[in-house]
Amino acid sequence: MTPEMTPVATPFFFYLLSGLAIIGGVLVITRRNAVHSALALIVTLLAVSGLYLMLYAPFVAGVQIIVYAGGIMVLFLFVIMLVNIERTVKERQFNRIWPAGVLAAAALLGLFVSVYVKGKTLLSDPVTGKPLWPDPTISLPDSSNTQQIGVMLYGNYMFAFEIASLLLLVAILGAVIMAKKRI
Amino acid sequence: MLTSFMSYLGSQFSPGVAGNQLWALIYILIIFAGVSVAVIAMNWLERKALAHFQVRLGPMRVGPHGLLQPIADALKLLLKEDIIPAEADQVVFWVAPLIGLLAAFTVYTVVPFGPSQAVSDMNIGILFMLGVSSLGVLGIVTAGWASNSHYPLIGALRSSAQMVSYEVAMGLAVVSAILMTSLNESGTGTLSMIGIVQAQQQQGIWFIFKFFPLGLIAFVIFAIAMVAETNRAPFDLAEAESELTAGFHTEYSGLRWSLFMLAEYAAMIAVSSIAVTLWLGGWMHPFPNLLSAPAWEFIFSLFPALTFGGLAAIAFLGAARMPGHSFFKIQRAGLAVFAALLGVLALLLLVVAIAGRHADTSIAARFREGIDYVYWFVLKVAVFMYLFIWYRATWPRYRFDQLMKVGWKVMLPISLGVLIVTAIVGVLVK
Amino acid sequence: MAEITTLHYLVVAAALFVLGVIGVLTRRNVVIVLMSIELILNAVNLNLVAFSRMWGNLHGQVFSVFIVVDAAAEAAVGLGILIAFFRNKETINVDEIDLLKW
Repeated sequence: MTPEMTPVATPFFFYLLSGLAIIGGVLVITRRNAVHSALALIVTLLAVSGLYLMLYAPFVAGVQIIVYAGGIMVLFLFVIMLVNIERTVKERQFNRIWPAGVLAAAALLGLFVSVYVKGKTLLSDPVTGKPLWPDPTISLPDSSNTQQIGVMLYGNYMFAFEIASLLLLVAILGAVIMAKKRI
Repeated sequence: MLTSFMSYLGSQFSPGVAGNQLWALIYILIIFAGVSVAVIAMNWLERKALAHFQVRLGPMRVGPHGLLQPIADALKLLLKEDIIPAEADQVVFWVAPLIGLLAAFTVYTVVPFGPSQAVSDMNIGILFMLGVSSLGVLGIVTAGWASNSHYPLIGALRSSAQMVSYEVAMGLAVVSAILMTSLNESGTGTLSMIGIVQAQQQQGIWFIFKFFPLGLIAFVIFAIAMVAETNRAPFDLAEAESELTAGFHTEYSGLRWSLFMLAEYAAMIAVSSIAVTLWLGGWMHPFPNLLSAPAWEFIFSLFPALTFGGLAAIAFLGAARMPGHSFFKIQRAGLAVFAALLGVLALLLLVVAIAGRHADTSIAARFREGIDYVYWFVLKVAVFMYLFIWYRATWPRYRFDQLMKVGWKVMLPISLGVLIVTAIVGVLVK
Repeated sequence: MAEITTLHYLVVAAALFVLGVIGVLTRRNVVIVLMSIELILNAVNLNLVAFSRMWGNLHGQVFSVFIVVDAAAEAAVGLGILIAFFRNKETINVDEIDLLKW
C-alpha cells in the first residue's frame, strides 16, 4: 500500500544538514564554555541523524537520537555541572603545542582530499574497471530496515553482539569503580 | 480543492505516507491546536480536581466555576515582565524552554490517532518517540545550568540523573511490548506506531492482557517510569517546591515559564499516548473482538455524542444549581451558553453517528469512523491525564536516594525479567 | 544543485573527522576532548552508513550500531575517570594530567 517513499528535496536537505553538522562541529572545538560545546555537539548529532535518514538508515538514526542525544549528551552535561566550570572558562583554552596539532590535522585533511580526488578521477577497481565509489543503484528497503538489522545482529554478528554487551558490562563496572569515593 | 479534500478522505493514506505535504501541514496545525487546547483544559481540570481532593472549591471567580481561569492566567503570563537574571548565560537561558517545547511537540508527528489519522507513519515510530521525548531532559538541564543559581542547578542535576535512570526501565518495558507484535505468522514485529496497534487488532487482544500477567507488569513499569520521565509527583524531585523553591525553573518568569508548563503538559500527553498505543489498543474501542458486530459498532459510535451530551447535562445542572442571587446572573448565563454549545456538539456527533452507521465508503461513514478512532484514543489518554492528577494529590514525594534505588534496583530487574520471560513464552507459544 | 553522491557524504564525514582531530589535539579541557572523540566516532559512523547505502547492503549500518555502543562505553568510562581525577587534583586540563602517580 505504500507509495514510493522518496526523500523530499534531497540536495537541499543534504546541504542544510551537513552545514548544520559542520557548523556544530566547529563550535564544539572553539567554544570557551563546555556547556556551549555540548549544545553544539547535540546540534551536530541531530543533523548527522538526519543524514542517516537520507541514507535509508532509519534504525541507526533512531539509535543515534536515543543513545547519543538522549543518553550520552545528558551524561556529559551532568559531568560538566559536577566539575566546576567558572575557573576553566577564564583559563587558556588551547595547549602550548596547538600549532603542531593543527598542522597534523591539516595533513590528515590533505590525505583525505587527495584520496577523494584520486578516487573520483584516477583510481578505479583494477579488475572490473568500475569506479571506486559507484553511485548507489540499489535502493535499500526502507520499511524492513529494522528487521534486517535485527536478523544480522543475531545472525552474522552474533559473536560481536555478545562482545558488545560484555563491553557495556565492563564499562558499567569501570565507571562505577572510577567515580565512587569508597567502594 | 473540495474534490481533493473528498478524495483524500476516501483514501487510506495518512498524510505522511501519501507524501502530501499540504495535508501533513494541516494535520500538524490541527494537532498543535488540539494539544494546546488540551493543555489549557488540563490546567483547569488539575486545579479543580486537586481542590476537590482537598475539599476546597478551587478557582470559582473567573467565569462560571473558574472556566475562564486558564485564559486569565495565560494573559497574565503573557503580560508579565520577562526577567533574565544578570548573571545568567543569556543564550542558553533563552534557548532552554524552546528545547523542551520542541521535543514535547515533535513527538506528536507519530502519534496514531487512527489508522490513517496520523501526521506520519514512520517505520521507527516508537524508537523516534522515545528518542525525541528523551531530548526533553536537555531543556531542563540547560535551564537549570543557565540560571546560574543554586536551586535550579540542583534541580537540573536531579532531573538529569532521574530521567536517564528511568529511561532504561521504560525502554525495556517498551521492548517487551514490541516483542509481542512479532507473534504472527510471518514472525516479524514492527516499530511503527500504527503497526503496533494493528498487531493488537490482528491478535485480538490488547497487549496489557497478553500473556497475563506479563503484559500487565510491563505496562505498570512503563506507567511508573513515565511519571518519572515527565517529572510529575511523586517523582517531581526536579521542581520540589519544599526543597528547591521551584527547581529548574526558579529563575524563569512570564512567557518563558509558561513555555515550560506547556512543554511539561504536552510531554505528559505524549507519554500517555505511547502507553495507550502500546498496551491499551490505541484507537480501538473496548473488546474489539467480542463486540465487533454492526450493532455493537453502532452502539460504540454513539459514545462521543453521549459523552458530550453528559458534559452538557452536567453544565446545565451547574447552571441550574447556581445561587439565585442577581450577582450570579452573568455567570449563570455564561454556563448555560457553554452547556448549550456542548449540547449542539453532542447533537452534531449524534447526527454523524446515525448518518454514517453503515460501514461503507460514503463520506459520512468515513467521518464517523475517524471520529470514533480519535474519540477512543483521546478518551484513553484522558484517563491517564486524570491519573497524573490523582497521583499528585495522593502520594508523598520520594526522597532522591529512594528514587534511584527504586529505579535501578527494582524497576530495571523487573523489566529485564519480564522481557526475558516474554521472549521465552513467545517462542514456546509458537 | 547536483545529485548527491556517496562522495558528498564522505566529504562531510572527513570534515567532521578533521574537526574532531583538531579538538583532541589542541584543547585543554578534558570534557571537550571527549566530545571531540564523539565527533570522530560520528564521522566514522557517517562513512559506514554511506558505504552501506553505496553497496546496497546493511553491514555498514550494523557496524555503526556497534560503534554507537562503543561510544557509550567510552563516554561512561571516560567521564568516570574525569570525575575521579577532578576529585583528586581539582583540575580538568589535560596538560596538567602529567603524573603517573601522586
